[in-house]
Amino acid sequence: MNQLFSAGCATAPTIRQRGQHEVFCGLTSIIWLHRKVQDAFFLIVGSRTCAHLMQSAAGVMIFSEPRFATAIMEERDLAGMADMHDELDRVVDKLLARRPDIGMLVLVASCPSEVIKFDLSKAAERLNRVHAPRHRVLCYSGSGIETTFTQGEDNFLSALIGEAPRPQSPADAARLVIAGCLPDVVEDQLARLVSELGIEKVHFLPGRRSSAMPVVGPQTRFILAQPYLGAAAAALETRGARRIDAIFPLGEEGTTAWLQAIATAFGVSAGRFHEVTAAPRKRARAALAHYLPWLEGRRIFFFPDSQLEPSLARFLAREAGAEIVEVGSPYLHRDHAAGELALLPAGVALSEGQDVDRQIERCRASDPDLIVCGMGLANPFEAEGRLTKWSIEFAFTPIHGYEQAGDLAELFARPLRRNALLDTGLTAGQGASCS
Amino acid sequence: MQLSMWTYEGPPHVGAMRIAASMEGVHYVLHAPQGDTYADLLFTMIERRKARPPVTYTTFQARDLGGSTADVFKTACRDAVDRFEPDALLVGASCTAELLQDDPGGLAKTLGLDIPVVPLELPSYQKKEAWGASETFYRLVRACVGNRSRPDTVAANSCNLLGPTALGFRNRDDVREITALLEANGLDVRVVAPLGARPADLAMLPEAAFNIVLYPEIAETSARWLSKAYGMPFLSTIPIGVAATRRFVAEARTLAGLDGQASNDGDRLTWYSRSIDSTYLTGKRVFIFGDATHAIAAARIATHELGFKVCGLGTYMREYAREVRAAAREHDVEPLISDDHLEVEDAIVEARPELVLGTQMERHIAKRLRVPCAVISAPVHVQDFPARYSPQMGFEGANVIFDSWVHPLMMGLEEHLLAMFRDDFEFNDETPASHLHAHSPAPQPAETEADTPIALSDQDTRWTREAERELKKVPFFVRGKARRNTEHFAAENGIHPITVETLYDAKAHFAR
Repeated sequence: MNQLFSAGCATAPTIRQRGQHEVFCGLTSIIWLHRKVQDAFFLIVGSRTCAHLMQSAAGVMIFSEPRFATAIMEERDLAGMADMHDELDRVVDKLLARRPDIGMLVLVASCPSEVIKFDLSKAAERLNRVHAPRHRVLCYSGSGIETTFTQGEDNFLSALIGEAPRPQSPADAARLVIAGCLPDVVEDQLARLVSELGIEKVHFLPGRRSSAMPVVGPQTRFILAQPYLGAAAAALETRGARRIDAIFPLGEEGTTAWLQAIATAFGVSAGRFHEVTAAPRKRARAALAHYLPWLEGRRIFFFPDSQLEPSLARFLAREAGAEIVEVGSPYLHRDHAAGELALLPAGVALSEGQDVDRQIERCRASDPDLIVCGMGLANPFEAEGRLTKWSIEFAFTPIHGYEQAGDLAELFARPLRRNALLDTGLTAGQGASCS
Repeated sequence: MQLSMWTYEGPPHVGAMRIAASMEGVHYVLHAPQGDTYADLLFTMIERRKARPPVTYTTFQARDLGGSTADVFKTACRDAVDRFEPDALLVGASCTAELLQDDPGGLAKTLGLDIPVVPLELPSYQKKEAWGASETFYRLVRACVGNRSRPDTVAANSCNLLGPTALGFRNRDDVREITALLEANGLDVRVVAPLGARPADLAMLPEAAFNIVLYPEIAETSARWLSKAYGMPFLSTIPIGVAATRRFVAEARTLAGLDGQASNDGDRLTWYSRSIDSTYLTGKRVFIFGDATHAIAAARIATHELGFKVCGLGTYMREYAREVRAAAREHDVEPLISDDHLEVEDAIVEARPELVLGTQMERHIAKRLRVPCAVISAPVHVQDFPARYSPQMGFEGANVIFDSWVHPLMMGLEEHLLAMFRDDFEFNDETPASHLHAHSPAPQPAETEADTPIALSDQDTRWTREAERELKKVPFFVRGKARRNTEHFAAENGIHPITVETLYDAKAHFAR
């Protein structure tokens, strides 16, 4: 493993710019969290903007009776702070009456609730006293001033870990916790592989139900399945759990390195590791091969969105032969991303944070073959005759693990294939005038 | 605090964005936390715009709160003006920035910019999107018109079209339809605003003889001000539906000093609705909900042009509650003024409609209740910004309306056959209208009629097994109504339990 961290561009200067951030706030992560934890309800304490954001970002899913809602603060709530807690209690009562099946109610702080310093943790404690054990109540912040997109999940997980039961004896504790929300199908695949390696007492965080919380103690090792879990990792470490360092399980190489890190930590023999991983590795490479003609030599530019960008760029550069122009990330957790950054080819520009107008200028000047960016930028770029891959799809599509390596490459190849299929007659700059 | 699963309107600054995005040469600097840029994708995704909305967000973060968010705002403001070189600048705050009280208007003034700067005061915790759009347009009109005086001679047939905006329901095509209609009738359309206008165009508003307000919730305030300041009359008849369009053209011609009636060029609704296969539309119960303008117009068309029976009428716009109440009286129903979609759902269940005309939300409610539905008003999703020409206004708009409202209903012959042969294995009432099959998948096997809210009855009302079986022979889209009528009839006459006879007694009693 160690040689992975020695070379590459780990020392390349990072572009740090302060300006307009074209990103989602942490509330958006509720969109996948509420599907993952099937008895949890997420109640945002915020404004009409928060409610509107959620229904705009959630698209049509908002219509299938989602397990999230917003307690919209009104003028009279802001006038006097004392009765805001009463108001919240009233809203929670109404909600629990409507959805008695909720096992865990999660209060989510927003920008307005944080700016007025509305103490949600106090409210959660009080409500927990009233409604537990039938409905557990906890809280975290998904506000834009504190969190970007996937960081909402990070805060949620660290709140969950704060609630996790403590081991009564060393034997109670989970041996391995795999942290980071994964699609069910991916979770099952990874669970199978880890089990075949002979490792028992493995828990995924978050679990599919709020009651499925691992017992975390000094005997617990954990590994991150997602790169955006700085706070969650810190919370696990305060419980004494120790992190297994690895790159993230994206692509054949990423998944192998990730599993190898687990195998090494648990003393799995090289023979066993080879036996378990040989077949799926071969499958992953075969699936990937279909898309290589589309991706080899293509120049790709990443706008910041989810913190998955360094891992995605590493995958594209090393397994698909793409050339990376710039990797933007809303935030770089230096420790957790070290392995990924070390594997990026020298000369890749890294940027942390954003000044979107200047980044757009850099992007236009470098004229990449594919731009990975958010939905606010994608169509305007397409109208300029540039090709884009909208980035939030990486948060909503199964992309981790061996069996998804081909799918992951396909996500990048699809806009390129589509462009080859369509005779749009668009040339650069043509669309920009017709707004 | 208000518990909200879904909102009919966004916050007021989204309304302001709609005005900025509608126009050319206007930029909006919005003091807002990181994340509020989600609003961009309303324009780039839902409306499929090719350019980013002309909005610069300060996107401040928690660490900025320790320092000076006012400086963040000033920098963003200066950079935006340098980069985009707008003709006029809107400055304002989103809900979070409103709490910081940085006073964007005052800060922008200190920058000494050499373009008009319009500060927006949009109370986010009181008001909503449409109000924000209306207020923004009004402030912008006042700023751009300035102290201009009206020319001495104004051509009597000149007019402005006010109200169409970005993200408005079918505004793009309404403007085209109405402009062509007015021009064919000898009127001279000068400025269309805000959609497609520049600040310099707004300055020319007083140069026309009168204003036409197409969307009152956006432009009525501005039209009133122009009327007060410049004596410009305005016309606010909404040309949705054939009769309304005729009246609209006649009134516009009168205002322009022209006489004679408009021709009905292009109206096919009148004949289609008259033709014999429309007779089965008679008395279809329709529930209508949306913004006030579209809801009121829809009720008139439903009653007088399609021969439906309006069984519910409402709006989420409290600002227009009075108008909707009046319209509800006209159609003899209880008005529903609410922005709570759960209340709307209850009202729909209660009214047992055979067709729902509403917004994106009612589309969902209707889908759950398995009632046909058509969308008549914002808020809407991407499918209601269609590629094809699809106005709602004018004569072509009426044609579009005929097709899109009738289309979700069961075709006449199919409806008859269902009533005649209930047990057909592929042509039964669990099967959606055959021409809609692609759009409405078969119901889940678990979903029996008893689970469907529209067929729910009072727990204490007992039906005999035979009566229940007989009830199932009533076509499904009127079955809910039949059940309710029978139960009312039984309750009023003290009948218990309900038998087959009761069912038919009630049918005779309520015959329509």
